[in-house]
Amino acid sequence: MSNAILLQQGRLIDPSNGTDRVVDILIENGIIRTIGSRVEPQEGCEVLACEGKVIAPGFVDMHVHLREPGYEHKETIATGTLAAAYGGFTAVCCMPNTNPAIDDESIVQFVQSQGKKSNHGIVDVFPVGAVTKGRDGKLMAPISELVQAGAVGLSDDGAPVHDAGIMRRAMEYASMYDVPIIQHCEDVPLAKGGVMNEGETATRLGLPGIPNVAEEVMLARDVMLAEFTRARYHAAHVSTAGSVALMREAKRKKIGVTCEVTPHHFTLTDKEVSSYDTNTKMNPPLRTQADVDAIKEGLRDGTIDVIATDHAPHSLDEKDVDYIQAPFGIVGLETAIGLAVTELVETGVLTLTQLVEKFSTNPRKIIGKAIVVAEGQVANLTVFDPSAQWTVDCAEFHSKSKNSPFNGARLKGKSVAIFNHGRIFINEHYSG
Amino acid sequence: MKLASRHLLGLDGVSHDDIELILDTAVTFKEILNRPIKKVPPLQGKTIVNLFFENSTRTRISFELAQRRLSADVVNFAASGSSVTKGETLKDTARNIEAMKIDMVVIRHASAGAAHFLTKVVKANVINAGDGCHEHPTQGLLDMYTLREKFGSLKGLRVCIVGDILNSRVARSNIFGLQTMGAEVSVCGPSTLMPLEIERLGVKVFHHLDDVLPQVDAVNVLRIQMERSAAGLFPSLREYHRFFGVTSERLNKVNRPIAVLHPGPINRDVELSADVADGPHSLILEQVLNGVAVRMAVLYLLGLSE
Repeated sequence: MSNAILLQQGRLIDPSNGTDRVVDILIENGIIRTIGSRVEPQEGCEVLACEGKVIAPGFVDMHVHLREPGYEHKETIATGTLAAAYGGFTAVCCMPNTNPAIDDESIVQFVQSQGKKSNHGIVDVFPVGAVTKGRDGKLMAPISELVQAGAVGLSDDGAPVHDAGIMRRAMEYASMYDVPIIQHCEDVPLAKGGVMNEGETATRLGLPGIPNVAEEVMLARDVMLAEFTRARYHAAHVSTAGSVALMREAKRKKIGVTCEVTPHHFTLTDKEVSSYDTNTKMNPPLRTQADVDAIKEGLRDGTIDVIATDHAPHSLDEKDVDYIQAPFGIVGLETAIGLAVTELVETGVLTLTQLVEKFSTNPRKIIGKAIVVAEGQVANLTVFDPSAQWTVDCAEFHSKSKNSPFNGARLKGKSVAIFNHGRIFINEHYSG
Repeated sequence: MKLASRHLLGLDGVSHDDIELILDTAVTFKEILNRPIKKVPPLQGKTIVNLFFENSTRTRISFELAQRRLSADVVNFAASGSSVTKGETLKDTARNIEAMKIDMVVIRHASAGAAHFLTKVVKANVINAGDGCHEHPTQGLLDMYTLREKFGSLKGLRVCIVGDILNSRVARSNIFGLQTMGAEVSVCGPSTLMPLEIERLGVKVFHHLDDVLPQVDAVNVLRIQMERSAAGLFPSLREYHRFFGVTSERLNKVNRPIAVLHPGPINRDVELSADVADGPHSLILEQVLNGVAVRMAVLYLLGLSE
């Protein structure tokens, strides 16, 4: 960026220090110089009008699949971070189900280095290391080396750590460091062969079902293991009312657990599968209205800490097959803010402050990357317009893949710009 | 008279009038099948491909016979020995076949939704001849035809479907179609072979044949597949037969005849005892003949749509 920019009259919301007021923010050489009710622009200073917009600590999507190395036809770190920048995220945590898996410090370093080279490094790429070697659930990955190299969490995501004995040891070992184990909760024999939520719609469509207990039995087990080992545990993409209830109870007992939900799980139900559109196929699957309602209540009352997209790019050809054959997953980075504002803020489930908590404060705390918007700090900011109305056009996505069930959806809420590492990224698709 | 859709993907959502139109049209075609010269010209010049990705004998022969009786040109495609085994996708297979100017496609596939998928990639009329555990609409229609012929009307008729409901496309098509026509449908089988929330489809669920038989006019007995036992869904075929087999002993406890249907092929003395299969109340061979008439009706009516 030019060496000075003034954000004028934006609503600064930083839940970490309780800030919620309309301010001018002067950024010089990437550092927040002044925050005040009125700051006079100096000569040569760029100005970004922020009336009606929210200025927040940089959003982080703590659950994305960037597919590099190994599946670059779906996404690369460059295209994935560009999608993140357009979506309003200054950081992403990328899951280790690459090929090779992120189960070695050299892969952590490779991913970090690709991140720094992509889009001038404006989006921080924080790798999540594997829990087990090759993510095959058998031998512990070199957790100390992974963490030392910069892994912000440990997960075999895409697959669960299935064996309770291995999970126990991994939790104990990881608890030497301040990193969470992030679990994809799925009891494999219970879910086996399923492609959608088990229930009335699956019965009608003749598609094999994944019952909600497949997620809940593993979450229940893991909560008990987390209590036993005192490890930090984070449940990825919870999707059922039962999981929300388990998390609420675990938190009431002060067990060190957190969890996330994806935008599609608080927006859509399994009724969407009736079209056999393969962009409604993801794991965990879309659930019922009762589950959606419970998730919204969990977001509202704080049981659910984080909104993360589980951004899972797949090429057109891979998804253009029959439903059973299609791979699980949809892209999410570029629709996350829109869906969250539309489904949660507009409906009164969350305040804008709570929204910022779920997209920034809470996930940053979980991955150990907390920031604060204050004078003298590096400007790591997301600016979004909660009243911008727009229509999703998947063809316009900057992600290499376009697999989203939200094409044509009318949304409210869009990213305007992000700031990070002395750079500014303006979303030119924003017009407000 | 035309059908509302130019495809037949399932009976879920097909209207009462459309089902009645198909069944009434089939009556005419059944008459033709009983004539010395069984061939009529309505589909002359039309080309139909039978895309069978799953093994089938009777459904494929029934469709082919129906197509030839209507004077269509017929191409058969079976998955084994085809480019499918070389890794070609359903989409490419279908598009290649369509490039040869095909008017209608009859598809059988192991995946639920395969017929829906096909409608998105080809312009031809699509007829679902069985997609995974989803639907087998012409089987549902021929069962309904057979029952209507036997009982005069489907309205108020009480039909129980017995067996592996979980994995059965025949069960789903019968449930949807019969309910639309005003019949009362129940299902009976081991609880492990009942799909979750099946009762939300409006059927009564039974686990004991002796409870349901006194309440029905007809039973439609499904084929039980050996591999379901291997998958741990029930202990053994012997136990299955003892508790869920439709036998003359069980049927005779009810003091009035119960019509027996079976989509075939029968595992004799597993889901159905031999004496019942060959007995006076069995409609099984009627089903086979009616299958040709019903498929002629479907092909004819879809041939009218553009």
